[in-house]
Amino acid sequence: MTKLVTAVIQPHRLDDVKSALEAAGVRGLTVSEASGYGRQRGHTEVYRGAEYTVDLVPKVKIDVLVADEDVAGVVEVVIRAAQTGKIGDGKVWVVPVEDVARVRTGEHGDDAL
Amino acid sequence: MDFTLDSGNTAWLLASASLVLLMTPGLAFFYGGMVRGKSVLNMMMMSFGAIGVVGIVYVLWGYSMSFGTDVGGIIGKPFEFFGLDGLTDEASILGWAGVPALVGVAFQATFAIITVALISGAIADRTKFSTWMVFAGIWVTLSYFPLAHMVWGGGFLSASPDGLSAKIFGTTDGVATVAPIDFAGGTVVHINAGIAALVLAILIGKRKGFAKEPMRPHNLPFVMLGAALLWFGWFGFNAGSAGAADGVAGLAWVNTTVATCAAMLGWLVAEKFRDGHATSLGAASGVVAGLVAITPAAGALNPVGSIILGVIAGVLCALAVGLKYKFGYDDSLDVVGVHLVGGVVGTVLIGFLATDDRGLFYGGDAKQLVIQVLIALSAIVFSGVITLVLGLVLKATMGWRVSEEAEVGGIDLAVHGETAYETLGIGSRVVTEVK
Repeated sequence: MTKLVTAVIQPHRLDDVKSALEAAGVRGLTVSEASGYGRQRGHTEVYRGAEYTVDLVPKVKIDVLVADEDVAGVVEVVIRAAQTGKIGDGKVWVVPVEDVARVRTGEHGDDAL
Repeated sequence: MDFTLDSGNTAWLLASASLVLLMTPGLAFFYGGMVRGKSVLNMMMMSFGAIGVVGIVYVLWGYSMSFGTDVGGIIGKPFEFFGLDGLTDEASILGWAGVPALVGVAFQATFAIITVALISGAIADRTKFSTWMVFAGIWVTLSYFPLAHMVWGGGFLSASPDGLSAKIFGTTDGVATVAPIDFAGGTVVHINAGIAALVLAILIGKRKGFAKEPMRPHNLPFVMLGAALLWFGWFGFNAGSAGAADGVAGLAWVNTTVATCAAMLGWLVAEKFRDGHATSLGAASGVVAGLVAITPAAGALNPVGSIILGVIAGVLCALAVGLKYKFGYDDSLDVVGVHLVGGVVGTVLIGFLATDDRGLFYGGDAKQLVIQVLIALSAIVFSGVITLVLGLVLKATMGWRVSEEAEVGGIDLAVHGETAYETLGIGSRVVTEVK
């Protein structure tokens, strides 16, 4: 079986997380730019004296498909590489995946990873 | 008067005209970056539209109304040089400097163009493009050309023996003893555009969600780029207004630069104390405030006086941009706070800072100050009334506003059928505090 590991992290941690995952044997991942907030909430900006609260702050979202047995390791690798210890570091979660297919070959399941 | 071509002066005025024309696309970037991503194209199009309309109108009757034979101190004869017909180098505005008539026309046309474009910032995001284009052609005819004639064409607000100053303080050798000073357009350009902006902002009404929904500038690098282009073009505006490649042009260049530097610093210090940050938008705004304020004064002050004028203008304009929240008018991009206030500050401070026994601080009595206040007030009243009447007529006929749906969905798409970017920014919430 396969799991989807999704991490939403600080954009400036992306390079480290990517290298760490590569070193841990992950062969592919998808990165998207995202906006969001957690406990850190947003921040304020001032334009010609008008103050705005910006709720959604820039984040990076990483999706990795992982075989069951590697999930715990991958999650640990992401946490270690993305952690700064400050509020706003993000979240990692895991969801089960019913099926995965490699488009080029038509392989299914763990063979497609 | 015989005409002898002066190639040095002519070359400088041709360059200056080109520089000033560049200011309007520069303004398009300055304004375009300040609006939301859904209306940047419309904002830039208002500037480009003004170039199109005014560029043609100026050649047809604009020059003639500005610099033709005086009618009642208010305008020049509109058909005397219609289509620039019958214009001679000897009798033209810069003939005294050996600059051909058409070069003078080119230079002056660019001033009319940017004055109209300046107004557009007050009515961003919500104005029908068709109404704006019609307004541009009529307003420049009824407000700009007469004011240019009154101040620079020998009319009521000039040093003419039939003018306001001559009537109050008398004449010496056939001209007003106390000549009003508007070197490059504090009254004609900035007060004129600034008061028109205020009238239209009130008449047209607020953007939907003004002071409630986020309307932060969508591209501050555009704003910085626009400010830079404006500054560069302004050397043509001010140093070119010397009419010659001479020491006065050099003085105007130096004064323009130091006043602008001082205004930028003044704005940054003011907002650092008030809001906690020295911002890029503040720097760009301070630059424009300084350029505006030094415009009428560039040839009449010394560099130290220009620094004083600049810093005062920077601080006052930084404070003035908050007035719209207090009084509840949506001058969207602060045309009033920067151009009206900056124009008045520059025009009036000449009464204190003009050298050669004119300003109060430089050996003068209060006469220059009185005249400066009067020409500023005259420009405010004249342009305010003309704009109000024209604005009301257009409101009753063509209408000023796009539909609410078009405004909310984005005027770029609704009016121009385009969007500037593939995606629009998300992520800011309501205005929680305005100053």
